[in-house]
Amino acid sequence: MRKSFLAQNPSVLIFLGILGMFTLAVTVASEGLGLGLISTSFVKTLGKTLVLALIAVAMDLVWGYAGILSLGHFAFFGLGGYMIGMWLMYERTRQIVVDSMANAPIPPTDQEIVDAIGTQIFGVVGSSEFPAIWTFADSLIIQLVLIVAIPGVLALVFGWLAFRSRVTGVYLSILTQAMTLALSLYLFQNDSGLRGNNGLSGLQNIPHLDHVPQSVLSVWFLWASALALALGYLFSAWIVSGKFGSVIRGIRDNEARVRFLGYSVEGYKLLLFTTTAMMSGIAGALYYPQAGIVNPAEIAPIASIYLAVWVAIGGRGRLYGAVIGAIFVSLVSTWFTGGQAPDVNLGFYTISWVDWWTILLGLSFVAVTLFAPKGMGGLFDLWAGRRAPERHGADLGPDQGALREKEANE
Amino acid sequence: MSTLLEVSGVSVSFDGFKAINNLSFAIGQAELRAIIGPNGAGKTTFMDIITGKTRPDSGTVLWGEKSRSLLKMTEAQIARAGVGRKFQKPTVFEDQTVQENLLMALENDRNPFAVLFWRPGQTDFERVEEIATEIGLVDALKRKSGELSHGQKQWLEIGMLLAQEPRLLLVDEPAAGMTPAEREHTTRLLVEAAKTRAVVVVEHDMEFIRRLDCRVTVLHEGSVLAEGSLDHVTANKEVIDVYLGR
Repeated sequence: MRKSFLAQNPSVLIFLGILGMFTLAVTVASEGLGLGLISTSFVKTLGKTLVLALIAVAMDLVWGYAGILSLGHFAFFGLGGYMIGMWLMYERTRQIVVDSMANAPIPPTDQEIVDAIGTQIFGVVGSSEFPAIWTFADSLIIQLVLIVAIPGVLALVFGWLAFRSRVTGVYLSILTQAMTLALSLYLFQNDSGLRGNNGLSGLQNIPHLDHVPQSVLSVWFLWASALALALGYLFSAWIVSGKFGSVIRGIRDNEARVRFLGYSVEGYKLLLFTTTAMMSGIAGALYYPQAGIVNPAEIAPIASIYLAVWVAIGGRGRLYGAVIGAIFVSLVSTWFTGGQAPDVNLGFYTISWVDWWTILLGLSFVAVTLFAPKGMGGLFDLWAGRRAPERHGADLGPDQGALREKEANE
Repeated sequence: MSTLLEVSGVSVSFDGFKAINNLSFAIGQAELRAIIGPNGAGKTTFMDIITGKTRPDSGTVLWGEKSRSLLKMTEAQIARAGVGRKFQKPTVFEDQTVQENLLMALENDRNPFAVLFWRPGQTDFERVEEIATEIGLVDALKRKSGELSHGQKQWLEIGMLLAQEPRLLLVDEPAAGMTPAEREHTTRLLVEAAKTRAVVVVEHDMEFIRRLDCRVTVLHEGSVLAEGSLDHVTANKEVIDVYLGR
């Protein structure tokens, strides 16, 4: 009687298939491993776009399904980036320092190496001491754990305080925005220990992989991003397909009613908020090595607002909608802001898309909200609506439209 | 018969207005009770207090054999303890199918982690089908509940309430918007349910209450004005003055 998970959610298989084909096509066309039709920088753009789709899926879970409009998920994304960035920068600097000291007449002590790394990394902020938060920067394993642990703990504490006080709706949005703003302002300070507004840089150079050219690395990262997106999508589809999905959609539509059914709304929100924060952390950890630099400006509230815009344009409450929105809007945005879009000369004024793109995006956001609340994902309903209804029983008539056994009996 | 719920000396005021004034009320393990009263008598506030939505300023609300106080529990905890509530306006999850609505209400572990890994089994589907048959929605299981008629939504909510298997049902105007035949059916369901659990029905419709054939509590200005059989209370001079006379 029960169909398997994938049979119940055919869109998941379709999505995974498209993602697989896309990854294969880019690999074949890449400079590093294929025909060289796509530049390395564009492969990186595509890889970054895939992880943006992953955080959009996380946002869709929390907003589209549970109705929590978080304007702070990019804080978790940025933190994930910082966590992997610390190891990348430390290890890479260590290699350079060890190499340069190798020929010294007296071999350097461990302490001298650490001091030299400190000077290299923190020179820009006028310091050479390692702050306490860099304690584990030399351990890849620990930093990998921190990618999910730090955003998870922050989300857990923040969510516990906010949900327990029953802060909802626009007040919660403002609160999340304040959180991300506070974090970004804190990181802007030089003594925050994460190099202030310089952020962490040189992240595209992966330690111990110096012999691998960027053109190949970019494809590897594309694969990793595609895999993360695929797993994140599967995981999210699994979450929303069961009763948990029912409950969180119930919370979105009528929180009080869910309470009277005996579900502790706060627990559900907290679990979802924390889980999606962890997903965002993973996405960030894959994004910034491809971008090469992470700085506090990435955590600014505007980034999280863009995230909400992607999900709204793509279509809330359906996972593929979020993916479509993130990919479409961020690629179009790259096109417009990269100066590739031709300027429109009106005679008296020239529309330069680099400046006008934000306005166009804002107008599309308003238009989608007003006229197509289902977003781009809603287009699939038109197609699905035209599909033949699922009919059981054997054919009775000559063609598809004819009644079938079961219907005829009714 | 031992008491299931005992409310004593409860008062609550909103901005100085006393919505509930020193109200006391008790109901047994398996009992049907109707509550009537004019608008503003405090019927809904009374239900809000029991379900934990409103905290009273004073008084006690004791529950079950162990006489636990409901006042320290959250709405969800009270619901899990066995208090089910049906709202005046049917509130079902319109975006979800009838089956999903019922599965959500079905008595099961409510812990988020347990729910995450929970998948409905054969017995759950059978139970849902059984309830759906009882409320006449077995053909609509796969339909979105938003598509249902007003009466059907009322039914669905009653079904969800039954699925919760509460020990106390609080039902706010169950017959509103129903056809006479549907009212008949509702009556039967409530009377049937009251054989194994406590049922409190808030209703305006005297004819409906007469059919329930149970003890009646009359609320007025936040406290109990009269209690007894319908004939007894309708003969009461005060009740006629404040309620029936109008």
